[in-house]
Amino acid sequence: MIFSLILGFILLIIGLYGMLTQKNLIKIVIGFSIVDTGTHIIIVSIGYLRGKTAPIIDNAVDLANAAKQVVDPIPSALVLTAIVIGLAVTALMLSFIIKLYHKNRSLSISDYQELKW
Amino acid sequence: MINRIFILLALLGLILMFLPFLKDFDFHDQLGDLSSQYVEGSINDLNSQNVVTSVVVTYRGLDTLGEVTVLFLATAGIGFLLRTKKRSKKSRKSSELLQTASQFLLVLIILTGIYIFLHGHLTPGGGFQGGVLIATAFLLLILADANVEFNHKVLHLVESFSGTFYVLIGFLGLLLLGMNSFLDPTIIPLGSFGKLLSAGAIPVIYSLVGLKVGSELTTILDKMGGE
Repeated sequence: MIFSLILGFILLIIGLYGMLTQKNLIKIVIGFSIVDTGTHIIIVSIGYLRGKTAPIIDNAVDLANAAKQVVDPIPSALVLTAIVIGLAVTALMLSFIIKLYHKNRSLSISDYQELKW
Repeated sequence: MINRIFILLALLGLILMFLPFLKDFDFHDQLGDLSSQYVEGSINDLNSQNVVTSVVVTYRGLDTLGEVTVLFLATAGIGFLLRTKKRSKKSRKSSELLQTASQFLLVLIILTGIYIFLHGHLTPGGGFQGGVLIATAFLLLILADANVEFNHKVLHLVESFSGTFYVLIGFLGLLLLGMNSFLDPTIIPLGSFGKLLSAGAIPVIYSLVGLKVGSELTTILDKMGGE
């Protein structure tokens, strides 16, 4: 669907805007998650074929010419991978934030100027 | 202020880069060659109902192994960052409703998770989804009682055994079927299409992935719950 493709891009832009403008570290991570979701929606909607069913060969699909009746399985498999990686990366980022908060008692990115140029 | 303007300009540039892609995008009404081969191969060669599962576990099995490795690395990183000395004992008590419900629901949620990864080759779902569901059961336990202690030995044992057996099954394919068959599921008889015992080694591999993901995510939740 072209609409889900557009929705994915809108989510991607919103997430990037949030990541670039917010000062709170946790909000930056939330922006990252929104970008993540946007890319997942884009990838899945690229694999969509009009009027076809899910790539699971049950009673809804004729065994003889199954390849003509299902949507593309590869984007789904890729997104399955991407979701789990996104989860792990988010958890890692949050634990960095926990560590930073323990050290400096601040969640604002303005207080971490060591890498600023 | 000038900052904000630059950010908006950058995003505008990004939108302008995306627009041609959206304008020229045309949806196919046929599967590509590779996808059709995957669908036919999943039915004829692997006896697996769920094509996504056969792509994830068999055709792109090496990618999945890499993904499991990334998950393991993230868990190791979190374990390194959040090695806590002692849990804070000041946590509030949660309501009795939550405590009772968590005791009751724990087993049911774990059972549903096991069901999902055992049926990964038949229905939507699989190792990753089942593993995440198992981890949510333990999250419920942490929510009910913040001081809950998990047996780390068992968690680590389950994690390392499932990871090791996953790689061993891959090498078994090399050993039994010759070159180019790392992670080939046909080392086990394929069974009949649509039954629980079908698709060769796919349910075994996906169960191992499920156990590994479940134990890793439980470790992550445990570390984060300790903070």
